[in-house]
Amino acid sequence: MQSGRKIRVLIAKPGLDSHDRGAKVVARALRDAGMEVIYTGLRQTPEQIVETALQEDVDVIGLSILSGAHMALFPRIMELLKEKGLTDVLVFAGGIIPEEDIPELKKIGIKEVFGPGTPTEKIIKYVFENAPKRA
Amino acid sequence: MSRVEELVKGVLAGEKRSIAKAITIVENNQEEAQRLIALIYPHTGKAHVIGLTGPGGAGKSTLIEKMIKEYRRRGKTVGVVAVDPTSPFTGGAFLGDRIRMQELSTDEGVFIRSMATRNNPGGIAKATKDAVKILDAAGKDVIIVETVGAGQSEVEIVKVAQTIIVMHAPGLGDEIQAIKAGLMEIADIFVVNKADRENSDKAVMDIQAMLQLDEREKAWNPPIVKTVALTGEGVPQLLEKIEEHRQFLQKELLHKKSWEKAEAELIEAIRDKVTSSIIEKLKRERRFEKVLQQIVNREIDPATAAEKLLNQELE
Repeated sequence: MQSGRKIRVLIAKPGLDSHDRGAKVVARALRDAGMEVIYTGLRQTPEQIVETALQEDVDVIGLSILSGAHMALFPRIMELLKEKGLTDVLVFAGGIIPEEDIPELKKIGIKEVFGPGTPTEKIIKYVFENAPKRA
Repeated sequence: MSRVEELVKGVLAGEKRSIAKAITIVENNQEEAQRLIALIYPHTGKAHVIGLTGPGGAGKSTLIEKMIKEYRRRGKTVGVVAVDPTSPFTGGAFLGDRIRMQELSTDEGVFIRSMATRNNPGGIAKATKDAVKILDAAGKDVIIVETVGAGQSEVEIVKVAQTIIVMHAPGLGDEIQAIKAGLMEIADIFVVNKADRENSDKAVMDIQAMLQLDEREKAWNPPIVKTVALTGEGVPQLLEKIEEHRQFLQKELLHKKSWEKAEAELIEAIRDKVTSSIIEKLKRERRFEKVLQQIVNREIDPATAAEKLLNQELE
């Protein structure tokens, strides 16, 4: 039998916006790069996202948001991740996120923020290089 | 306590994090996988395992969501393993079955895990049966395994589940073609979903006609249940049929089925172990590459080469 890890990624859509083109493009790109990508679908609460990450034992979470509610929802997600002990999961974000919010998001543990127009190759490379190496 | 022992303790206590980590270990076939299963095996065999298969678009994930809700209403805890295909070209996978079940992800009595086939044939992943054992040991009353959108050969599920539901829906093309050969024979219960569509009666009749052609003497006649997964219509009736089948099994066949399952698993485990140990030995002794070269040079064909190597090994 073969053994081997695959990078498991959760692509999640917190909040109320109902536009997931970007999330799906990123999901597809990561899949085509050989990762296993779980997609939550739209309008997820922080609780649902963190619980999904826990049950699926993902290495990486990509949060996509366009509604402008990131400063309310992201801190809650990071807090719940910590509460559940999921501190080694790599979290990145994408969507419409103003430049001036990024330092604050990085402070709470969002490792990278990708704005509109980011080439998917850049995200793939980032995930490969930064996904936690687990035993 | 070792890492595995600690995980097993968590699994037996029903802790979600431990269950998730344990499934990852068997999925990656990590070194500890065998020890982990050995430790939990005595605690398995309590859950009722349901397999759900059928063509893509029939509504499997949506039906499972409604089944979970109905089981929860009846006070049962539920585990789900939802399998989606791995791309044979990139090795990646898009696991989207959960989308329909997300509302239930925060329910304490529910554990849902998505799994890629990792190119295992037959509609489930190699680790699916071990994931089921982990959920069983964790105390889930009911475990539902969703296969990949099936064609005609996704029959591996019989090795994992006790009750097999074959699902169909009108309007997916040639009605019965898709569930003909293999799938037809493994069904314990048929579900015709999207029963609110006008041609759903035709789908039911097609299945009935197909069943009548089967002249083998049977102790269990697979019922056909009509559902509308979107609204949950027909789901309580489906659960009744599942329960009837479970009781039938307990009376008649549970022993035989578990015997058959044990046999299939033992054969598979022996095959895996023998294969990998022989190949490792051949590689170590550099005989593997030598024969490989001969095959590439067309001096010998692979089957004859394998026979020769094995004969040398077994002498």
